[in-house]
Formats: sequence, structure tokens, C-alpha cells
Amino acid sequence: MRGFLSADRIRMLVPAASLTVLLIAVFWLQPRAMSYTGLNLLFNLAVPIALATIAQMLIMMVNDLDLSIGTFVSFVACVTATFLQTDPVIGVLILAGCIGVYAGMGVIIHLRNLPSIVVTLGMSFVWGGLAVLILPSPGGTAPDWVRWLMTSRPPLVPMAIVASVLIAVVGHLIVMRSSFGVVLRGVGGNERSVARAGWSIVRARAAAYALAGLFAVLAGICLVGLTTSADANIATRYTLLAIAGVILGGGEFTGGRVSPIGAVIGALTLTLAGSFLSFLRISPDWQIGAQGAILILVLALRLLLNRREQAEQAK
Amino acid sequence: MNALRMVFSKPWIWAFIAAGGVFFVTVMFTGGASTIGLGQAALTFASFSVIVGLGQMFVITLGPGNVDLSIPATMTLAATLALKVMESQNGMIFVGLLVALGVGLGVGIANYALIKALRIPPIIATLSSSFIIQSTAIWSNRGLRIRPPQWMADLTTQSLFGVPNVALIALGITLVIFVLLEKSLYGRWVSAIGQNMRAARMAGVPVDGVRFATYVLCAVLASLAGFLLASFSGGAALNMGTEYLLTSIAVVVIGGTAVAGGFANVPGIWGASLFLFLVVSMLNTYGASAGVRMLLTGVIIIGVIIAASRRRVA
Repeated sequence: MRGFLSADRIRMLVPAASLTVLLIAVFWLQPRAMSYTGLNLLFNLAVPIALATIAQMLIMMVNDLDLSIGTFVSFVACVTATFLQTDPVIGVLILAGCIGVYAGMGVIIHLRNLPSIVVTLGMSFVWGGLAVLILPSPGGTAPDWVRWLMTSRPPLVPMAIVASVLIAVVGHLIVMRSSFGVVLRGVGGNERSVARAGWSIVRARAAAYALAGLFAVLAGICLVGLTTSADANIATRYTLLAIAGVILGGGEFTGGRVSPIGAVIGALTLTLAGSFLSFLRISPDWQIGAQGAILILVLALRLLLNRREQAEQAK
Repeated sequence: MNALRMVFSKPWIWAFIAAGGVFFVTVMFTGGASTIGLGQAALTFASFSVIVGLGQMFVITLGPGNVDLSIPATMTLAATLALKVMESQNGMIFVGLLVALGVGLGVGIANYALIKALRIPPIIATLSSSFIIQSTAIWSNRGLRIRPPQWMADLTTQSLFGVPNVALIALGITLVIFVLLEKSLYGRWVSAIGQNMRAARMAGVPVDGVRFATYVLCAVLASLAGFLLASFSGGAALNMGTEYLLTSIAVVVIGGTAVAGGFANVPGIWGASLFLFLVVSMLNTYGASAGVRMLLTGVIIIGVIIAASRRRVA
């Protein structure tokens, strides 16, 4: 029995359990949410957040932190609602270029030994400026195929759930099941030993950043599919949501300890927390604060688990 | 000649050279007509960045992972509550100041309590607390239309012998901080912890006490900056602190303080703060749009950071 409920198992279960508890609470407050449409509405906006969370997780996996994800997703949304709609070729080229910029960021941060926080904070100005240049005022139109994708209604299970599961599975396969993912997590765990084993750390970091860029681009495209138009500040809060999502999902800041499935669950939990708070009629003033409180609560819970883990190892 | 070489070997000199260059380019555009006005504006706006930057400098000097992300929220909350207490009355200024500093004290204590009790990295601790502080600020700021007391408005917008009062206040704080860093035991301890926390602990440095004091100092300086900024700009706004998140970190890094911790640099904060303001006003003078301005600010910040890192390697 003790073997089954080991601290490691609980660490995996905590994110899923908090999501379930929250979901039950929402259903209890608003029974009408317990339907195909209800679930879709609850989790719709979680899809881009989940993608952004995976992007942040990939950066955190190599012991860095990206404080520009929110503005970058906003920028991608602006590109999607303008260029990708009118000139798909140019749009795709711009987005591919962005992924290149992300890879370049990884290279520079590594070669110059720069703090990722400072570089990405600077980049958030660059993306923000570019977004304002493309779309000075809210507008643009979502490309039809994006709109179709995000509003499609598969049988039995809502699109939002299908997409979340898909993101979690793809993330899991890349990070936990491929040799590429093992090297990346190794960079976070012990950079020097990975280098001694003959891997190029620069290349690994560049790959991690490029992959993060790719997921962030997908987040921006999905977001526009839901909102139909874009705005230069549409996703700025994603930066903090994504960090919180990774942490809620059981990820750590250092050591390459991340969980893609947990990250997606974390993103769903945060989205649901927003709905839950509004069902409780908590004033919107306190919504951000409540999310901060939830984050602190989960971290406190985690501390207790870590203590238990250490106690188990000591035995 | 030796003195010149000594000056150029200082890490803070580049920030001043860059600031001077940008100042020159901007003034040239107007044919020298704006020299005094631009200088005064730069000193005024740089002062706010200097005050928050000094606090952030101490925090960053504590070592990798130490950074305070709750500065913007703290500024907003301190300014909002102080204005509410003062209700535009001159007699209440002192009480208002105490409230603002009290907010800083509370935030600093809360931040370090989270870092210590939950053993979480300072980034996420100050981030989570900033959510709660920001919510409190939104809640208390709703519909707030209180003007600062007339005396405070006068104090922060007027000049003494051509030097803005705010700049004099910031200069005074800078001197105190300089002495604190260079001459006091506390300043030496901060640097020691940043260079090697384990070694510092073994050498008998009260690591927890020093880190605690540093987070409190940073939050108190942020609340003071918020108080002054609200008095200067005629009221507290919810987004008044936003730009100081990047600014506080950027001025520290551009000013020559080691990002990895252990080596702080006070004069560089001034050079970097002036530089950042002058870059924006240069772009304004040359008619750059808001988008171009943001874009170039980001590019310049990253460029300076990369250039600075190259020097450190060499």
C-alpha cells in the first residue's frame, strides 16, 4: 500500500486531483456546465494556454525562463490575423523566421552566458513593438482554416478536450519518450555530464528554444482561431499563466524535472480556476490575486510532498 | 593619463558614455534649443528608475535566481494606499509616506517569508505575491480620482537651482545606498553571499538575515518610488508600475552590476537610467511611432547586454 502511494506517485497525482476537485466544484455550482457545449466553453481558451505552457516548459527544462512568451504569442496572433490570412506564404515565412529567432536566442544566451530572464524581457519589447506595428488597433481576421479547426465539433468529445489530450500526448512523446527529449532534460539536470557524453549543449539549447518557439506559434494561431481577431496585447498575461501552469503541473525550475502531461493539466486547472472564481461571484478585482493564492497553495503542498519524499529516501 | 585609464576601466563608465552620446544626438536634432529641458526631464524620469533600480541591484547581487518581480505591483499599491490616506491634504503627507513605506515593509516581509517557508525560487515567490498585491491594488484603486497633496505635487515637480527636486531626493538615496554597499558590514555581506553563499554561511555571515533585509529594502525603495511617482504624475494609476519591471532589471545590468551576483555597482545605475530615458526621448524626437520605439528599446537593451557580456569574458 505504501509502495502504491509513494511520494513520486502523489506528485503525479496532485495536478490531476486538483483539476478533478475544481471540475466537481464547477459542476456543483453550475450543473449546466456538465454538457458537450458547457465543457467546450469551459476549456476553449485553455488550448492556447496549454500550448504556451508547453513552450514555457521546454525553456524551463534547460534551466532558463522565458518572460516574453505572452508578448510573443500576441505577436503571432497579430501575424495570423493579418499576413497569414491575406498572404499565407509571407505569413508562414514570418512565423518560421520567429522560430529561427527563438533558436538564435538560445544560442546567444548559451554562448554569452547571459541570464535568460534579461534577454527575454528585452525580447518582450521587440515582439510588443512589432505587434503594435502590424496591428496598431485591434482587428484582423482569422484565416478560415484556423477558424474551422478551432470551432469544429467532433462527435462525443468537445474539441477543447481533444486538443488538450493531443497536446499532452505529443508533448509527452517528444519530451519523455524520445532520445532528443532525454538530452534536453539532461541539459537541465547536469549540463556538464551531457557535454562530456559528447552532445553539443549549444545545439541542444537552440533546439529547446526552437521547439518552444514552435509551440508558442501554435498557441498564437489557435488563439486567433477562437477570438477571430487579434490585438497587440491579446495574450500578455500568458507569460505568468504559462509559468504557473508548469509549476502547477509538477515541473521544477531547475534540474530538468518537467512533465508535459502535468503542464497541460496545470493550464486546464488555471483556466478552470478563472471560471470557478467567476461562478463563485468573486469580483474580477480578485481574480489575479486568487490565481496567485492558488499557486502559493500548490507550492506549499509540493513542499510537504518533497519532505515526505526525503523521509522515504532516508528510510 | 593613468587617471584616464582608471576611469575607463570602471564598469559604469559605458552607461554614462552611452547616455551622453544619445543626449548629444537628441539635442543636435533641435539645434541645442532643448538642452536644459531635456536634461531636466531626463534627470526627473531617471530618478524613479534609479530608486527602484538600487533596490533591485541589491537583490540581484545576492546571486543567481534572485530577482524581485513584485516591484511594479508594490509601487502601485503603495501609491494607491498613500493617496487614499492623504486625501489631498498637506497635513497628512507624513502619514501617507509612512503608509507607503509600510506597504513596502509588508511586501518585503511577505516575499521573504514565501521564499524561506516554501523554499521556492525568489522569481516565483515574488511573482505569486505580485498577483496578490496587484489584486489588492486593483480593488483599492477602483474609481480612484484622488490628487496628491499640493505640497507633494510641488515638491516633486519643481526644481532647486535648475536641478529637479526628485533628482536630489534620488541622489540622496543613492549616496546612502553607496555608503551602505561600500562601507557597511551589511553591504559586504550582500556581496559575499552573492559570490558564494556557502562560503559566506561558513564564514559566519547571517545569510538569512541579510537576504531578508535585502528583500525588505528593495520593496521599501519600490514603495517610495511609487509614492513619489504618483505625486509627480498627479495620481496613482493601475499600470503606473508596469514599465519598471523591465527598467529595474535593465538599469542594474546595463549599469555594470554582475547579473550572476556578487558585484554591485551604484554609479552605473544612474548612467543606465539616464541612458534608457534618453533613448526613448531620442526616438520620440526623431518621430518614431510607439511600435518602433518599443522595438528599438528592446533591441538596444539586448545589444547593450550582449556587448557588456563580451567585455566580461575578455
